[in-house]
Amino acid sequence: MTMRLYDYILSGNAYKARLILAFLDVKHESTAVDFHPGKEHKSPAFLAINPAGTLPVLVDGDHILTDSAAILVYVALNHDPAKTWFPVEQPTFCAQIVSWLAFAEQLTTSIGVARLHDMLGRDADIQNARATGHQALRRLDSHLVEQEFKGSRYLVGKTPTIADIACFPYTALAGDGGISLMAYPAVNRWLISIRSLDGFIEMPGIHALHGSDTAPDLPWQSGGSERE
Amino acid sequence: MTGSTIVDEWYPVGMVSGLEPETATSTVLMGEELSLMKETDSSITVRRGTEERPALVRFGHVWTSLGSPDHPLFSIPEADNAERRLVDCGCVRVKCSPLRAVENFLDIAHFPFIHTGILGVEDHPEVKKYDVEVDEKLNEIWAKKVEFYQPQAAASAQGGIITKYMYRVATPTVSILYKTCPVRKGEWDIITLFVQPVAEDVCDVWPWMALYDDDTPLTDLIHFQQMIFLQDRSILENQIPRLLPLDPKLEIPTRADLTSIAYRRWLKRRHYTYGAQTVAA
Repeated sequence: MTMRLYDYILSGNAYKARLILAFLDVKHESTAVDFHPGKEHKSPAFLAINPAGTLPVLVDGDHILTDSAAILVYVALNHDPAKTWFPVEQPTFCAQIVSWLAFAEQLTTSIGVARLHDMLGRDADIQNARATGHQALRRLDSHLVEQEFKGSRYLVGKTPTIADIACFPYTALAGDGGISLMAYPAVNRWLISIRSLDGFIEMPGIHALHGSDTAPDLPWQSGGSERE
Repeated sequence: MTGSTIVDEWYPVGMVSGLEPETATSTVLMGEELSLMKETDSSITVRRGTEERPALVRFGHVWTSLGSPDHPLFSIPEADNAERRLVDCGCVRVKCSPLRAVENFLDIAHFPFIHTGILGVEDHPEVKKYDVEVDEKLNEIWAKKVEFYQPQAAASAQGGIITKYMYRVATPTVSILYKTCPVRKGEWDIITLFVQPVAEDVCDVWPWMALYDDDTPLTDLIHFQQMIFLQDRSILENQIPRLLPLDPKLEIPTRADLTSIAYRRWLKRRHYTYGAQTVAA
């Protein structure tokens, strides 16, 4: 049976699921859920699938996954023969990835909340949401600088992993919540690196790279790219 | 702050299906706090403090005014056709001038770059010559004979088509788009942008549609429209200056901007300056 993704086009968490399915070219079907304005995710029919009333949900046969981090792990473990997106044979990397999956939750509860406030008029402590968003972005930026010094464009190891997918959407959507990324140069370089990966798909608010755009050289490199 | 042409206009302030019955909903129109109360779907009152304001229910939305409109709300006769599906898309807030939101909606040239692969492709960026006129009787702007190549013109479209458009500006913050219906030859799909000015540089945008499409699930229709509009939102919030410049010295338009030029001139002639910059900074 084909997997089914319960999806909402404007959800950053649902976009994480769409991204891993796209990068790994996994066949699946989608059901659009009317989150706004219909609040369908709080309807009895949807609550029967996911009592938490959150999106996305991935249904694979008898398995119902209602957490975007769980979906990333599940799809990577089942559909990535090269074992690079969640490199089970490298326990240290896996542990680091898991901590970035937890960190991604901080982006959701800060930037994600600011975005829902600014865009769809949801109630929020907007000052606090933006301030904690900036804290998270500072941490992300310093880590990415460290990674750049090691010759990597990604959060863990030297190739993209589900850690990058988990942290990408709400970081890239910061502007939607009135949070400027101007002060985070390494974050900006990382965003372009993710957008230039094969199989990348966009979402509203995150534009695809256009023909002439390519991932920038890391600041200390001239010409040579060490992507692998 | 506001001349009579501004206060005496009709503005959208809520979506009927989004209002809980017998529950006050507050909203802001041009800095003024309003309270909406729904008794039934056709009976809704709008108050500023204790003072009742004029209220109309049309096109799925509640319309009101801070002044005394001397004209009826614009009409969309096609919307009364029972075969059309009327689609409420909800509200999206944008930190931009309400006039910028309307102007962006009227622009075709950005399709290949912002709605890549959907409303345009980078290989087909050309905007062919089209006509723009002001209907003096209705005091509306009409752009006609607009044509554009679109890979996925609507949720119902199967593959690329040359889409024909007509654009209509019915009030300074309402634009109505008529576009080739992919599934019914000779008919126009109707997509509107009802813009509620919250402040001069903040607006609530209520897209609404009246389509011929019996097959696409409602949620997919809504999401198609939200996808398109949210692609525009990040661009709109970064436009400089924030207010729409009405001084022709400030920007150099091209042929493709004909509707935009007509819109700015029309606003200037009506002294509609809310959300506009009238003197070059």
